[in-house]
Amino acid sequence: MTMTTTTRELPRQPWGRVRQSRRTADRMMKIIATGFTFTAIFVLFWILGMLLVKGIGGLSVATFTAVTPGPGTEGGGIANAIVGSFVLTFLGIAIATPIGVLAGTWLAEYGRRSKLANLIRFINDILLSAPSILIGLFVYVILVEPFRGYSGWAGGVALGIIAIPVIVRTTEDMLSLVPGPLREAGAALGAPPSVVITSVTWRAAKAGMVTGILLALARIAGETAPLLFTALNNNFWFSPTLVGGVSNLPVTIYQFASAPYENWQQLAWAGSLIITISILVLSIVARRIVAGSK
Amino acid sequence: MTAATDMSSIPGATPIVRKTPKATFDLVFRNASFAAALLVLVLLAAIMASMVIGGWPAFREFGLGFITSSVWDTQNEQYGAWPAIVGTLSTALIALVIGVPLSLGIAVYLTQLAPAWFKKPVATAIELLAAVPSIIYGMWGLFVFVPLFAAYVQIPLSNIVEGMPIVGTVLYSRSPSGLGIFTAGIILAFMIVPFIASITRDMLEQIPSVLRESAYGIGATTWEVVRHVLVPQAGVSIIGAVMLGLGRALGETMAVTFVVGNANRLSASILDPGSTIASRIANEFNEAMGLQLNALIALGCILFFVTFVVLVIARLLVARVKRY
Repeated sequence: MTMTTTTRELPRQPWGRVRQSRRTADRMMKIIATGFTFTAIFVLFWILGMLLVKGIGGLSVATFTAVTPGPGTEGGGIANAIVGSFVLTFLGIAIATPIGVLAGTWLAEYGRRSKLANLIRFINDILLSAPSILIGLFVYVILVEPFRGYSGWAGGVALGIIAIPVIVRTTEDMLSLVPGPLREAGAALGAPPSVVITSVTWRAAKAGMVTGILLALARIAGETAPLLFTALNNNFWFSPTLVGGVSNLPVTIYQFASAPYENWQQLAWAGSLIITISILVLSIVARRIVAGSK
Repeated sequence: MTAATDMSSIPGATPIVRKTPKATFDLVFRNASFAAALLVLVLLAAIMASMVIGGWPAFREFGLGFITSSVWDTQNEQYGAWPAIVGTLSTALIALVIGVPLSLGIAVYLTQLAPAWFKKPVATAIELLAAVPSIIYGMWGLFVFVPLFAAYVQIPLSNIVEGMPIVGTVLYSRSPSGLGIFTAGIILAFMIVPFIASITRDMLEQIPSVLRESAYGIGATTWEVVRHVLVPQAGVSIIGAVMLGLGRALGETMAVTFVVGNANRLSASILDPGSTIASRIANEFNEAMGLQLNALIALGCILFFVTFVVLVIARLLVARVKRY
């Protein structure tokens, strides 16, 4: 198909008088941009497909009921890692939620455009993208080294520190969307600022704030690097005091995937499938809530 | 309220007055939220301080040589960061070279080309790429991408470039295992794409449509609108988005640890195994003791300052955007 025939066939198109080279450039750009987009989507589906293919084979009842097997042994599951991950993740969120919500509230309600608020906002954005391995190192220095041992507490704190900036950011964003007259109405009824914030502003922004917490949950659920030096891992159920290594999915996946035992690799795939699906579902739910509240 | 009325009607009972919450609660709430906000500042300062203090013995022992030396010898307690620094910078650079055009293409597609009904699912898919944990990228890289890359790119490429000047060094792999700096860069590229793409998309969407329409009005093609109107308008923020992607790429740990090959030496070829600061810390930390531990924290300290500078510049260029 030559370009001249196209021109002749479509004389009334706006293209008609556009010079050939400009048209080629435009078409090239469109093809490349579309191609790039589909490349990225293809990679997403490639990864998900691989997880399904390799992960489903490793799923069995034992996966959810038995503890992680030792090196070279058959059988076993990842039940302790799943439960440990739950505990660490919720510990992280339990630490991060009050701090994050309060800090976000201060930025949106009290600090507003003050210099200090702008600085905190800026630092929070830096923390938001700081490498998570550095958070792990930091918690190692403040909580593992002084207390001479890995612990679930250290792991939870590390995850909490990663979750805080996410919650601060979303809380502040959502609170700033709450219209001012709502606050004024509360104040006019004689409510002090704290009551206006807790029972008017927070209530109005509830959906968005929950989304922030869910996003933070999704963010920390798959974090591996900060757990390597804090909660570490082991092959048993964690002790109720959370002292000592706490088995968790990401570190188990890391150790099992790079080990030469087929049984371990199988379990690593099953764990990856579980964790990725949970995180994707969380992210999609969070997105839905935001879409619903608008 | 009714309860209070009932109570007061009972003879002898003291009437309950509905009290406004005490002024103390107001004060406590305000101070608690202020303290939480300050904690964010304290956190960053504490991270910075802990890195410097933890790494100090290594800096004191080796001085500037810690950065310039290429020796990493646990037997003789000699540590140098240079190979890891070079590895970190080169993987991040490769990630940008591949990831930035991809991201810009995606942003243009999403804002200018995609049909309206198709925009949302595509945007969601791109953003889900960011939700996939980095360890999953690592496994995908190691078990799926690396063998394909070795068989279909590394080996044929090495055969072609062997013996050529410069290219024959940079693109020749002595042991074509698929693991290496370049592989890590490719995986990182896909990890940073969602961040750069979604910020760029937001920036492009914020450009007033009058500008776009006037360009179309004088007969510009879509490409010309992108090239001469959108890119100059959003240029600074796009650079900021790229820097943000760079910040991610520099500190990314798990995916890189899986595929970079974890070699402690420098190689002139980008297809050979290497290591990054983050991958070295992840690999050695749990077995490290004494000075090696300090050297690893000192590596973390270097990573912290490099990413800090990059992120500060990025955030200054990208005025607050809605994505994270």
